[in-house]
Amino acid sequence: MNATMVAEGAVALEGVTKRYGAETVVAGVSLAIAPGEFFTLLGPSGSGKTTTLSMLAGFVMADEGRVMLGGRDMTHVPPRGRGLGMVFQNYAIFPHLNVAENVAFPLTVRRAPRAEIAARVTEALEMVKLTGFEGRYARQLSGGQQQRVALARAIVAHPRVVLMDEPLGALDKNLRYHMQVEIKEISRRLGTTVIYVTHDQEEALTMSDRIAIMERGRIAQMGPPRAVYECPDSTFVAAFLGEANLLPARRDGDTVAGPGGAPLLAGTGTLTAPEGRLFVRPEKVAIATAAQTAGPNALPGKVRHASFLGNVVRYAVEVAEGNLVLCDTANGAGTTIHAAGDRVNLTWRAEDCRLLAA
Amino acid sequence: MPLKLSSTLLLLLPALLLLAALFLVPIGWFLVSSIAELGTWREILTEAEDVLLSGAVGRSLVNTGGIGLIVTVLTLLLGYPVSYALSRVRGAAFTAILLCIVLPYFTSTIVRTYAWMVLLGRNGLINQLLLALGLVAEPVNLLYNRTGVIIGMTYVLLPYMVLTLYAAMKAVDPRLMQAAEGMGASPAQVFRRVFMPLTLHGVVAGVLITFILAIGFFVTPALMGGPGEVMVAMLIEREVEITQNWPSAALMTVVLLAVTLTLYAVYSRFAEPGEALK
Repeated sequence: MNATMVAEGAVALEGVTKRYGAETVVAGVSLAIAPGEFFTLLGPSGSGKTTTLSMLAGFVMADEGRVMLGGRDMTHVPPRGRGLGMVFQNYAIFPHLNVAENVAFPLTVRRAPRAEIAARVTEALEMVKLTGFEGRYARQLSGGQQQRVALARAIVAHPRVVLMDEPLGALDKNLRYHMQVEIKEISRRLGTTVIYVTHDQEEALTMSDRIAIMERGRIAQMGPPRAVYECPDSTFVAAFLGEANLLPARRDGDTVAGPGGAPLLAGTGTLTAPEGRLFVRPEKVAIATAAQTAGPNALPGKVRHASFLGNVVRYAVEVAEGNLVLCDTANGAGTTIHAAGDRVNLTWRAEDCRLLAA
Repeated sequence: MPLKLSSTLLLLLPALLLLAALFLVPIGWFLVSSIAELGTWREILTEAEDVLLSGAVGRSLVNTGGIGLIVTVLTLLLGYPVSYALSRVRGAAFTAILLCIVLPYFTSTIVRTYAWMVLLGRNGLINQLLLALGLVAEPVNLLYNRTGVIIGMTYVLLPYMVLTLYAAMKAVDPRLMQAAEGMGASPAQVFRRVFMPLTLHGVVAGVLITFILAIGFFVTPALMGGPGEVMVAMLIEREVEITQNWPSAALMTVVLLAVTLTLYAVYSRFAEPGEALK
């Protein structure tokens, strides 16, 4: 692609690698993000997501590969030359500046005219609903308000790309949900590309257009939330993105032998070896009394625990060879709730399960 | 676990008793008995006016303030970069810098002052070097004048400044500086707009503590200064030892103590970073 053809707001990493001594923290990560996309780097701590973001920001220089912003090679450009907006973990609100001065900071250091600074700060504070807080200091703000200041400061200079490093990590659950919606809303309104780092899978699923799940410095899988959630390519991705049943399975001709040798049908999968794991999400598993027999994918078992969670009933069902299968049932109209000790049959559709390498 | 006020007092008690027995009681006794010697309040006030408005005391007060200011400014200029370096490095480099600052203080002030006299004297190492290099035609007077006093005092007071500044600089969250950089600030802007304002309370505290210590100096100006560099502490000593005019020494002490305590009151407000920001 010709560099001049790439839109502002496009971001690409090309085989980016970072080593600290003998340890490779990021190993050849490549990704291409479209302008206006909400892209999330998701992974456990130590998976390299923050280092990847730091290389995009310019705080960390890549040992190998290229960092492209808007089609320009920015691999060796210091942070201030990259023109990105940023929201930091713990917000990094300057304690010696008030809200208005904090939000104005990116413009002040770029020596923007005074009138323009004032207008943009007003606009940014309006957008995060902090009008009237201009004169306050960080210590006079709640966590959520500090988060809004950080957000306003990230967008005040109208950057094409905003980087966010676990911005909601310090907030309680309710506030977090509100802020997720608001961040998403603002980014959509401004049309900015957002690159978002989190270890919270729920947050990644709600907010993102696409998610890259990172594991030990590599991208384990990348795709839209529903695709990565429903079709994981590895047991790591399956287990990291919510609850997953991963049952021992062995190929047996055209079918698969599940726990106790039960013949099962698996839709798709990445397994090439003869033995692996059969993946199925708890909410895809249907539970019925032992008397009712069902289709091809059926496992008999005994209820070990039934947890009533309000809208959902979660069962842990013991099937052959001591394997536990989790099964979530919506607490809909006229749902029978099975008790511990009940003999049941578990069933699911072939297209809802995948065969993965163990 | 936070201690109750009573347990805190109990822990402080030995130190408080020692301080009271060796410092507060003698100085109180000295001040009260010396000044009471003068007679009535009216007589005390007349004497105070005479002592404090006399030329010698006036000159020494001006000297003390002037030298204190110059020394404070010099320690700040020399100390700020050193403290900055100290707050940024870790491991062996940190230990090395810290040792360079603190190690000389394991010897007494008098020994160190004599060491400076060896260096700065007319035939001292520095003059020999300057002569050998042909930079000067005849030895420079570095001793027994204001230059000598300032060099000696700056050296002695530098660590107080460095350690006070270091404490303030260490408390600055490095993530704030990284954030500033990420938002487009140049290194100079990061320093001027973030680091400097966040360490300003440390500068104020360092300046005050250095100045407080400087105006009470005795050994260094006595050994390295000339007859024109008489500081208040030297004058007090002279009144006690030579002219044996205790009341006049006591009055000067009161003045010095009052200035010091006033500055300390200001200092204690700045010692807490949170206070300075309010």
